[in-house]
Formats: sequence, C-alpha cells, structure tokens
Amino acid sequence: APLTDTVPPQVVPGADSSSRQLCFAWGPAEVLVCETLFGRAGGSRSRCLAGAGAAARALTDSIAGTEDGAPSSSRVFVIRRDQDIYIQTLRKLFNESHGIFMGLQRSEEELAGKSRKAQLVQVSKNYRSVIRACMEDMHQAAVSTRDPALQGQYSTQVSILSAMELIWNLCEILFVEAATAGPLLLRLLDWVRLHVCDVDSMVREVLSSESPSKHKLFWNVVDVFVLQGRMDEARHLLSKEASANPTSMNMYKILDDLMKKMPVPSLSNTQTLTELELKWQHWHEECQRYLQDGTFASSPHMESICKILLGDEDAILEKKELMTTWYHFLVTRLLYSHPTVKPMELRFYAQSSMDLFLGGESSPEPLDMILMAAFEFEMHQVIKECSIVLSNWWFVAHLTDLLDHCKLLQSHNLYFGSNMREFLLLEYASGLFSHHSLWQLGVDYFDHCPEYGRVYLELHIERIPLSTEQKALKVLRICEQRQMHEQVRSICKIMAMKALRNNRLGSALSWSIRAKDAAFATLISDRFLKDYCERGCFSDLDLIDNLGPSMLLSDRLTFLGKYREFHRLYGEKRFPEAARLLLTLMTAHIAPCSFWMTLLTDALPLLEQKEVIFSAEQTYELMRCLEDLTAGNPDKQKFQDDDIETTKVEMLRLALARNLARVIVKEGTVEGS
Amino acid sequence: AMEDVSAKFVSQKISRTRWRPLPAAALQPPDVFATGSWDNEDNRISIWSAGDLVNAGLNGEYHGEPHLLCDIQHNGDVMDMQFLDQERIVVASSTGTVTIFRHHQNNQTLSANHRWEKAHYHVDQDTSCGGAACTGVVCNNPEIVTVGEDGRINLFRADQKDAVRTIDNADSSTLHAVTFLRTTEILTVNSIGQLKIWDLRQQRNEPSQIFSLAGDRVPLHCVDRHPNQQHIVATGGQDGMLSIWDIRQGTMPVSLLNAHEAEMWEVHFHPSDPDHLFTCSEDGSLWHWDTSTNVSEKPSFLHQGGRSTAYLSHSTINQSVMSAWLSNDPTKDRMEITNLIPNQTLSVNSLDVLGPCLVYGTDAEAIYVNRQLFA
Repeated sequence: APLTDTVPPQVVPGADSSSRQLCFAWGPAEVLVCETLFGRAGGSRSRCLAGAGAAARALTDSIAGTEDGAPSSSRVFVIRRDQDIYIQTLRKLFNESHGIFMGLQRSEEELAGKSRKAQLVQVSKNYRSVIRACMEDMHQAAVSTRDPALQGQYSTQVSILSAMELIWNLCEILFVEAATAGPLLLRLLDWVRLHVCDVDSMVREVLSSESPSKHKLFWNVVDVFVLQGRMDEARHLLSKEASANPTSMNMYKILDDLMKKMPVPSLSNTQTLTELELKWQHWHEECQRYLQDGTFASSPHMESICKILLGDEDAILEKKELMTTWYHFLVTRLLYSHPTVKPMELRFYAQSSMDLFLGGESSPEPLDMILMAAFEFEMHQVIKECSIVLSNWWFVAHLTDLLDHCKLLQSHNLYFGSNMREFLLLEYASGLFSHHSLWQLGVDYFDHCPEYGRVYLELHIERIPLSTEQKALKVLRICEQRQMHEQVRSICKIMAMKALRNNRLGSALSWSIRAKDAAFATLISDRFLKDYCERGCFSDLDLIDNLGPSMLLSDRLTFLGKYREFHRLYGEKRFPEAARLLLTLMTAHIAPCSFWMTLLTDALPLLEQKEVIFSAEQTYELMRCLEDLTAGNPDKQKFQDDDIETTKVEMLRLALARNLARVIVKEGTVEGS
Repeated sequence: AMEDVSAKFVSQKISRTRWRPLPAAALQPPDVFATGSWDNEDNRISIWSAGDLVNAGLNGEYHGEPHLLCDIQHNGDVMDMQFLDQERIVVASSTGTVTIFRHHQNNQTLSANHRWEKAHYHVDQDTSCGGAACTGVVCNNPEIVTVGEDGRINLFRADQKDAVRTIDNADSSTLHAVTFLRTTEILTVNSIGQLKIWDLRQQRNEPSQIFSLAGDRVPLHCVDRHPNQQHIVATGGQDGMLSIWDIRQGTMPVSLLNAHEAEMWEVHFHPSDPDHLFTCSEDGSLWHWDTSTNVSEKPSFLHQGGRSTAYLSHSTINQSVMSAWLSNDPTKDRMEITNLIPNQTLSVNSLDVLGPCLVYGTDAEAIYVNRQLFA
C-alpha cells in the first residue's frame, strides 16, 4: 500500500471525542461524523475515527460545515478530503488544466519518437504555466488584501504553488524530457535560475544603483551570477569594476578570459561529449595554473571566483547564503566539476550535496525528500511523498497522468484494483464532484478512468442537486451521451415528479416522454382525464393537441390524444367522423373501462342531432357497449344506488332506441343502402 | 483568427454574456460587456472592460485581456440577461425574481435598481417557497417581457411596480426563451418544440399563431428574429438543430440545419449584418453561419437604409427580396459555416455579437472576446 502506510491520523477539530463517542458514515467524497449519546465513559474509543480517516487516505480533513442543534445536542461534521478544491483562486487552475488534460488524452500516440516527446514536454510546460499564472493571481490577491489572516492564507498558497512548480519542473527535466548528459546540466541550470528567487531583489538593487561597483553587495551579485553559471552577466558587471581599477586591469582581463572560454554543453549535436570533456579539461588546467601562480592573490574576491570555477567545494560552500538551497549547491557543483553528468549519476551527487549543505545542522524537509526522490529517479516515491504533503489531489493526479502517458508507470499495479494513475484521477475527480460548481470538470476525468470511472460517475451524478430544468438538462446530456439509462430514467422521473407537484402537467409529460417512461405517462394522462371529468374541459390543450408520435408512448396517452381529437371534431361539427372515432375508442378498447360511461354520455348529443349520425350497425354497437358496461361491471351496485347514474343509463337507452328507430326509417327509405 | 481572441478565467461558470449597447452615433467598437454566472454558491453580475483601447478614434483597437470593472452578488442562477439601455441591465433569476441592475459608470459600481420578487412562481406566489425559474427576458425600453418554467408570460414596464400584464399558464410546458417580433408582439419557444406568436394588445390569453416542429417534438431553447426581415425567425433545439422559420407561411420550419451535437443555448443574427448568424451549444462549439457569399451573387432588388453600418464598411447590408436564409437547399446556396472554438470540451452557454466583436462564456469558467470577427 504505497499511499496509505504513512498517513498520520486526523483529528476532527471541534468534535468532543473526550466525552462522546463519534460515529461516521461514508459518502462519495466526504465522511459524515457525528457525536453520539453513547460512550461517555471515556474517550478511548473515539480514536477509531482517526483510524478511519487514515484509511480514507484523508490528507487534509477539514470541517466544511457544522449543524448546531440545542446546546447539548450532537453536531454533524462534514469531513472533506480535498481541501484545496474550495479555494476560489485555484478554480482557474482546475479549469485551465482540465483543458490541457483533455488535450493530452486526445493526443493519443499519433506521433512517434521525437515529436511525441516534444509534444509531451509541451503539455508539461502548459501545466506549469497554469501553475505560474495561478501563483501570480494569488500573489496579487495577497498584495491587495488588507485582511492579515487572508494575506497569510494567500502567501501560504503562493509557497505551495511555487513548490509544486519546482517539483513539476524537475520531473519534466528528468522524466518527461529525460535529458541526457550535457543538455541535462543546462536544463538543471535553467531550473535553478527560475526558482531561486531569494537573491533577485539584491541583484536588482545593485544593478539599479548609481554606481554598481561601489555598492557594498557588488561582489555578492557577481558571485550569484557565477554560481548560477550566468557568465555574460557576471563579466558585464566585472568590466565595470575593472574600468574603475586600472591598476588591476590585467587580473580582470585574465579572469574575464577564463570566464569567456569556459566550455559549456550545447543543445545542438555539433560537439560530442568527448570533445567537450577534452576542452573542459584544458580549461580546467588553465584555471588551475592561474590560481597556483597567485595571479589573483591580491584580490580575495577574484581568487574565490577562480576557486569556484575550479569546482572547489569549500569555496562554493562558503557562498551558502547566496545559494539558499542544497539543490542550487548541487547544480553549481555539477557545473564546475561534472558538466557531463549522466542522469543515473545524479543520485550520488544529490545525496552528498544535501549532506554537505545541511551539514547536520538541520534535517531535510518534505520538499527536500521529494526532490531527492526525483534525483534518485524514484518516481513512485515522488508521487507518494507529494500525496502526503500536499493538500490537494490535483498535483499528483495530473503529474501521474502525464508520466503514464510517457509510458513510465506501466509496471506498477496497486493491490486495490486499478493502476495508480486511475486511482489518483478518481480521487481528484471525486473531490471535484463534491464541489458545488466544479462537478462538470469531474465528468471528463472519470471518462478517462477505464476501470472504475463509469461506476464512480454513476454514483456521483445521481447526487447532483437538480435546482433548475436547465441544470437537469445538462446532467441529463452527460448521462445520455454515456448511455447511462438508469440515471436518465431517474433524472427524468425526479423532474417529472417535481413538475407534477407544481401542477405543471405539460412539463411533467415532456419529461416522461424524454425518458420513454410509459408508466409515468399513463399516470399523468390519468391526471388530465380526471381534471377533465371534474371541470368538463381540458387544460393544457396546446400540449395535448400536439402530442405527435409521442402519443404512442402509453395506451392511456393514446386515448387522451384521441379523446381530445373527438372533442375537436365535435367542436368543428364534423359529427360523422366524431361519432366513428368515439365508437372506435370503445370497441377497439383504447378507452379504459372506467371512462366508458363518460364516452357514452358524450354520445348523447350526437344521438339527439336533427340529422341521423350513427348508422344502425353503429347504434347496435353502442347498445352493446352500454349493456357490457352495466351488466359486466363488478360495481353494478353502484349504478343501482346512484340515481343520477341510473337516470343516465335510462336516458341513453331511450336515445339509442329512438336513434335506432330513426335510422331504420332513414336507411329503409334510401334505395339500396 | 485565433490570435484576436483573448480569454480570461474568471472562477465562475458563465451563463450569460452581453455587450453594452452603443450610443446611436457611436463609431467605436463596443468596449464594455456584462456577464452573469450560474451554479455557484455565490452568483454574480459582473461588468467588464473588453481591454485597453489603443489609438482612440475610428481605427481604435483593443488589446489585452478583459478586466473587471465592478460586480454585484445575485440571488440564484442568472438564467438570462438583457441591457435595457446604456446603464440598466435586466436579469432573470432561477428563483423567479426579475431584477434591474444599474451600472454607475462614474464610480464603477452596480446596484439593484428595481426588483420584481417571484415574477415567476409555482402554485402560489405568496408561499415562502415555490419560485419558478425565470428562463428568458427581453427588453424594448421601457417594456420588459419575461417567461419561465411556470409557463407564465409577464409584461413589465421599467417604471412601474406591478406587472402591466400577466398571462398565467400561457404554456403548459416550460417556456425557454422570448424575443420581440414587433413592438406589440412577442415570440416564445417551449419544451415541446413549439414557436408561438403572442399579440400583447389582445386580451385573449391565447397565442395568435402556433408553429411546431414535425416528428419528435424536440424542445426549443433559443429564438432570434432577423433584424430587418421580421418574418425570418431562427430557433435552436435540444438536438442542436438550427431551424429557420418563415412566419408568413406554413406551420413548420423552412429549413433545418445541423451543426451542433447537443443543446443549442443561444442563436443570434448579427444585428447590423444579418447574413451572419452565430450559435453556441452544450457540446462546446460556437458556429458562425455565413450566407453573405451567396447574397452578393444575387441581384439586389431592394435596398433599405437606416441602420448603422459604421464599423462594417466592407459589407454593406444587402437585402434581396429572396433571403438566403429562406432557401430550401442551404448546400446549393453555399452557406459557409465555421466552428470558432475547436477543442473546447465544456458548454458554451452564451454569446453576443455587436459590430466586429464577439463575446462568449463557458462552463469552463472562462470568458472570451473576439474583436475581429470579419477579419
């Protein structure tokens, strides 16, 4: 269990574990903890929570909300795993890196060899530039706020982001680009120049002063340039000092010449490593000669520079304050003693540089351990340490994904199912889903987790609150695109129920039509019919008149549509068509039996028309319908008890008989019919 | 070109972007726009400057990314938003409330100017809960029309406390958008694929005309009317289909054009160059539909003036009697369509075009300004 064994237990602030036993329940990305009435005897059992937190790989549990009841009652704590998700300024990081992540997934290995590597390095640089942009925003926020607490928070975030970028950059050089001997040193120099910013203000101060060479920090700045291998800048400064000291002109010239001639690895392939080593050897010997014959004896500053050029460890270590970190010391040491260092040799120099630099005075910090692991090419160790130290999953999830695309992590499988890349992406995406707004980003991350992504998405998506139809449509689209039929049905049902509660039958119906939910469509149709029976007119005609093919979704809906059509035909005085439709509704058993009485009653005015409308055959069928209804109805009792119903039946029988008489006469008088 | 697009991540999901209208005689391109957010715990209305103006005057150009001028908290998701005039914005909320915000340009602040609480509601307006999302708003100063999930249509006047006219249960399904057809007539689209015309002078609570999609009644989400030829109407649907309607004839769309793969959230004719149309969608694309190549080849029978073409010197408004939009065979008439955002993954919820400028906002919490649409 590479990620779990060293996570320290977490304490829930505010939870009174000394007098109350705590209980908890797992959520998708958070844990609910509450105090119970049990276990007042002692606090020993409450420790099990800490254990549970550790098992959850909870890095930075925090109280996100508390709910207060009566003063003595229990409180509920929501413990979230990914604290940084809730930092407003970092939303830029999450959103912008989402785009880069998606680009990387799309870029799948269409390119080979060098251009693929260039592509991956570019992706890595893009991630870093997002971190840097965020850092600048955070820095601006820290500068512009007046609230000291907030300022402290922002400053902490700036240093965390800065550390993240430092680690990422080193991983980019060593793993993604996998720089080889020669270019490796140049990359490491860039890395140090970019990240050791503590001396920048001093450099600015000296350079902007009226006469830099008179400034008390002049030699410090020259040293900084030399230590970082910024030879041109160092020589430029020295030339100023030289012109002010004509007596030691010769000494300056020699040093300047040495600095100019220093061989450096080149990024192009114009020189081989052997050529470089040979040149470097010559140059080194030249420096040695000048030092030994006391050329710089009159200037301790220049002598020390010459010692640095020779890679003298003690001389370099004397400038400890100007380097500020052991990894700067490492790179300076490499520059002046081992410019053609190979990637696999780094670990020895790194370890000894750290030991020499810290010199037993202080112990390495987590950041030092992470960088050391990187120099040792222990990628898994880097990711593990970062997971423990950082208060977010963003960093490890994205870095691991990138390294996985570089095909560096394939051998490593975790005992709990998927590989490390997927595990970390799942954690990160779960954090996004626990956020009020960022859940949409999480969807794409789950999509790129082949093993468990789908299950996670199914579990999380159902918990998104559907506050408006618009939001529901967005969630629905996500589910439909991924053929998540069960979730589609559940979302539509929730929305249909909401609409029904609000008396919005039309909306309810369109939701159930979208989910092809026949049962619910039937339920809503019944509501329409009930409304009709109670009020004698239809509501929502605009909808019922325009059902179209969706009418076929459920039998009841078909009936509703057809029954409305009957009313329309009747209203337009197209009586024969209306009569035919009415009869079909019963004989073809489209109408539910409970509705037959209403239909027969609807036939009454048609039977009473001046013109004969129902044919003899149709009249017989109507009669049979009426008799089926009165005879076959198990609720026969009802008709006999209810005077109105009885009268209705009698009236119908009378009307039918009269119609039959009229139609016999009519059909008898018309020749041949 | 892409380099003319500037982007800004704003740490809130953007549901609406709107250019501030230009004064009648303005020669400069638009410089200020408003955005509204949705699905945040704390939603906001924000006013942005499009960038820094370099070389004032006719050839003025903006550089740099948009920057915030001022913002104000908004209760609920911003569902729709429309400038009433240079200073006032009408905002539709998911809580059912409609608010007029005033942008004080002298000290760059925003304030709530007027509010109609629960203009849209379910069941009972007076109960504590039961607000229904107001989904669409359209203004024709001083008149404001709103529609909502409650199927209600409200007509307000900016200077009156109570609604001038309310049509309860105007639609049995959700009304998704509204626009003016003429000063007294409005167009609405709903969730069962219908386009309706309402005459607000008539006291009848019924639409004067209903148009409808054939086949599956795919919900319609947005509507816009051709700025000069009022009988041409464009709508966008849940399936991403762009429908063009001629409301003088028939009850079905004249043409159906397919480009988006998911809900089309907004459709806009270019206000002064209506041969161009812009649509955006849940699928993360923004399409530019261009029929101008076609029109220029046809003889022009009619020429109407009157609209400002100050910053569109390269394409005069060419109004032939036969509009390219009404042709039945768009392929024959060479409509050019271009996706302005390749590789975007999250929804583009809103867009607005004015002069040579386009502004749009996304669920990826970014706003984009393109200042050289026709370059």
